[in-house]
Amino acid sequence: MAKKQVHSPLPGTFYRKPAPDQPPYKNEGDKVAAGDVIGLVEVMKSFHEVKADAAGKIGKFLVDNEDAIMAGQPIVEIEG
Amino acid sequence: MAMKTLLVANRGEIAVRIIRAARDLGLRTVQVHSMADKDSLAVRLADEAVEIGPPAAAKSYLKIDAILEAAKKSGADAVHPGYGFLAENADFADAVEAAGLTFVGPTGATIRLLGDKVAAREAAAKAGLPTVPGSPGRIETADAARAVVEQTGFPVLIKAAAGGGGRGIRVAHDMTEFERLLPQASAEAKAAFGDGGLYIEKLIARARHVEVQVLGDGVRVVHCFERECSLQRRRQKVWEEAPASALSEEVRQRLCNAAVALAESVKYRGAGTLEFLYDDVTGEFYFLEMNTRIQVEHPVTEMITGVDLVREMIKVAQGEPLRLRQEDIAIYGHAIECRINAEDPTKDFMPSPGLVEALCVPGGPGVRFDSMLYAGYTVPPFYDSLLGKLIVWDETRAAALTRLQGALAELQVTGLRTTKPLHQALASDEEVHAGNVHTRFLEQWLERKPQSLAKYGEADIT
Repeated sequence: MAKKQVHSPLPGTFYRKPAPDQPPYKNEGDKVAAGDVIGLVEVMKSFHEVKADAAGKIGKFLVDNEDAIMAGQPIVEIEG
Repeated sequence: MAMKTLLVANRGEIAVRIIRAARDLGLRTVQVHSMADKDSLAVRLADEAVEIGPPAAAKSYLKIDAILEAAKKSGADAVHPGYGFLAENADFADAVEAAGLTFVGPTGATIRLLGDKVAAREAAAKAGLPTVPGSPGRIETADAARAVVEQTGFPVLIKAAAGGGGRGIRVAHDMTEFERLLPQASAEAKAAFGDGGLYIEKLIARARHVEVQVLGDGVRVVHCFERECSLQRRRQKVWEEAPASALSEEVRQRLCNAAVALAESVKYRGAGTLEFLYDDVTGEFYFLEMNTRIQVEHPVTEMITGVDLVREMIKVAQGEPLRLRQEDIAIYGHAIECRINAEDPTKDFMPSPGLVEALCVPGGPGVRFDSMLYAGYTVPPFYDSLLGKLIVWDETRAAALTRLQGALAELQVTGLRTTKPLHQALASDEEVHAGNVHTRFLEQWLERKPQSLAKYGEADIT
């Protein structure tokens, strides 16, 4: 089974939920289509969506909610 | 006990500004910082630095306990909150004083009073300040709401009492629209803020944002005249000037005296700013709110009055009565400030943190650059995008605009995208030269004249 990684286009703080009181965009094992939102990156107080670039199933998250991340850092694995 | 060590509970360019003011007064400085800011210019300049937590502001710059712990550890006896973060948090001011330290700013009670929108409006009315026509406080019934708009006329803003930062605002242009929006607004406010309470304000269509700088010692208050900050994007100021050229001398005096009246009525201590809307058409001004801290754009006031506002607020915190008398303060010349943000104005202001590969800072008479930059510094992505402020002064506004164009051309921040091209486009724009602006001017200008920005944006890349 091929594994792909989704990378953050921007540095900042990673969030798995659209808002603190809402469920995560995706959980491990969820089905995912290309273009689905996987999380948000907060950079300089503005929020940017991180989208899946391939379809498949959500594998392991490589960063935690609210982790500081670098541009290009892998966020999550997608199992194709 | 005399103040000896000042802890700076902030970051970025304002932390640098505070350290410089403290140094001039012979104070030792302690800079608290997050893990992401250990290489910051403020940390380099301070006598001592204390790490207080991870990059997220909620876990560092907003952690009252961690800041007080750092003060204790470093032997600081005073705390300067800067702007943003905890600067207008009344509980922080109280906690600092409860720990036996001096808070450089007003009392917690003053911050609490002026931070409550309805209470601040009432205090303003009591001091004789005009406020934007509207409901005196929350409106409780639809009938009461109709009675208000019959008085104010249209258009009106329907605002959520519990809202803020531009959220929960609707515009009604006539009674039909008003009747339709009122229940919607209440339901939405209830869903968003857990409180369906509304209040109503007349919409001033083409307003300028003017604000008055005051300094108080808890008894006496003086003003340092006004600034105009009409050029805004998404309610964030982008470019500020002092004085406000649109005001007649008569209006200026009335505005500044009104600001002093309100600040004295609350026994204001420290540096503060009263914000107003100014209606060009009628010549009327309306009180909006008072900010109980030093503001980003304070340097334009310093440039035209020669008063070092950060120094004065520290001296007042040291327990000295205000040194300045009103008659000592006069306007000389004109100053303009451009906020240099790490954003690409040609790409919808996309944030652009990262490594500053090289830096060229403009100089010469009447040119000041307050910033957190140095060559080799990596701007972290965790905080707001303000890198610094380019401020120019000259004898007249026209001369200041000319000087600004030269200074902007000299400024080079290599490695990041910045708002420099936006300011270059504005500094050469005819409407900006004519001063014919209002609070929605910049957003409309960005839509009307994208080619002007694109031209400077391209030149900035090559």
